[in-house]
Amino acid sequence: MKFLSDRALERLRQSADLPDLVGTRYQLLERVARGGMGVVYAALDETLGRRVALKVLDVPIADSDFARRLNREARVLARLEHPGIVPVHDVGTLADGRVFYTMKFVEGQGLDKHVEAVASLPDRLRLFLRICDAVAFAHAQGVLHRDLKPANVMVGAFGEVLVMDWGLAKILREATEEPEEDPEVTIIRASATEGSAAGETQTLQVTGQGTVLGTPGYMSPEQARGDIAQLDQRSDIFSLGALLRFLCAPPASETGSSAKWRRDKSLEAICAKAAANNPGSRYSNVSELSADVSRYLDGLPVSARKEPIFEKVARFYRRHTIPILLIAAYLVARTLILLFFHR
Amino acid sequence: MNKVLLGLLLGAVLGAIDGLSAWFTPAVRAQLVGIVVGSTIKGLIAGVAIGFFARKVNSLALGILFGLAVGFVLAFIVARMQHGYYFEIILPGSIVGIIVGYATQRYGSAHAVPATTR
Repeated sequence: MKFLSDRALERLRQSADLPDLVGTRYQLLERVARGGMGVVYAALDETLGRRVALKVLDVPIADSDFARRLNREARVLARLEHPGIVPVHDVGTLADGRVFYTMKFVEGQGLDKHVEAVASLPDRLRLFLRICDAVAFAHAQGVLHRDLKPANVMVGAFGEVLVMDWGLAKILREATEEPEEDPEVTIIRASATEGSAAGETQTLQVTGQGTVLGTPGYMSPEQARGDIAQLDQRSDIFSLGALLRFLCAPPASETGSSAKWRRDKSLEAICAKAAANNPGSRYSNVSELSADVSRYLDGLPVSARKEPIFEKVARFYRRHTIPILLIAAYLVARTLILLFFHR
Repeated sequence: MNKVLLGLLLGAVLGAIDGLSAWFTPAVRAQLVGIVVGSTIKGLIAGVAIGFFARKVNSLALGILFGLAVGFVLAFIVARMQHGYYFEIILPGSIVGIIVGYATQRYGSAHAVPATTR
């Protein structure tokens, strides 16, 4: 009797895991990533002749909790038509019973990787503002993301910023007045646990009905406590605050040498206000947060911090250096003329 | 504020202040009113010229350079008419030209283009 080698067995197992796309318009190309609920593949849409990202559930049961969640994610994405949110193309069930949906294939890298190449703080803040735009749009549509973190933001090859992975999104209000079918009624976000990879969405069984999903360090305290009813857009604002902190950390190559900019008090105040433990102390909406970041970028005072008079003067000088120097030159010239020519 | 209007106002105000500074020169204090009026008119002319230039050429460096040139030339003409005080008139006049040139480029808004219909 001959046994299969481990390598051959692994290959067989992977082949068995591959989605059966028979009867669909898609042709499997390659595996791209693995998520909490399933796997994302690159596929070719044979009808339109374009590359798409195909997200397939692990479980081949179309009416399972995960299947409902994936369907729901696709529905959430479908209602969020925004340049900063990856668009969904199709949703369905494969011949093997697994639920799938296809979305735009984004060629790029996660923000956690991309940011290493962005050394300029203003450039990073501009990226953040674009994330805020997408999240603000989702909030305006009554959708909370609930899992905002660097790994869930993609930056495309042409600089496009896309907020991904809306699998944990919560719909605050349905346009069709259908009751919100939230699979996380009893879901609680896990707090940071030892041994968990940083930035990884945590899953923890809490009750027979729900699971805990979340990313330590990026989820709000109320989310971590499981106050599902209390969750509103300020919960995403907490995550955005944590994301802003992440973006304000200097690149690894510059740590220590030019880390001065990250200690800017105004920027720290914005981060602290956005990621305050008490939801009432945070920005009340994303627009307020992005407006403060924009003001910071423009060299203007931010609402998160009352600055002392000396800093106000210094800021005024920085913003109007040339006219101040010109007026000073004029006054100096006048004084010199007065002193040396009209005695 | 559009660039020409900004140049006009700034030129007039700075010109008037420039003229008022003659008060510190006792020899010409008696002619202060004439100096202020003349200096204001000089500032107005410089401001309008610099404002029009700023509307045509969108460059901070060229704006400053043009301001300096206009301020210098006008101040030189005034000094020639005064038969003296070249340095006292030309130096501040040129700096005023630079200030107006900078301000029109930096703070003046572009001329609004009316919407067209097809």
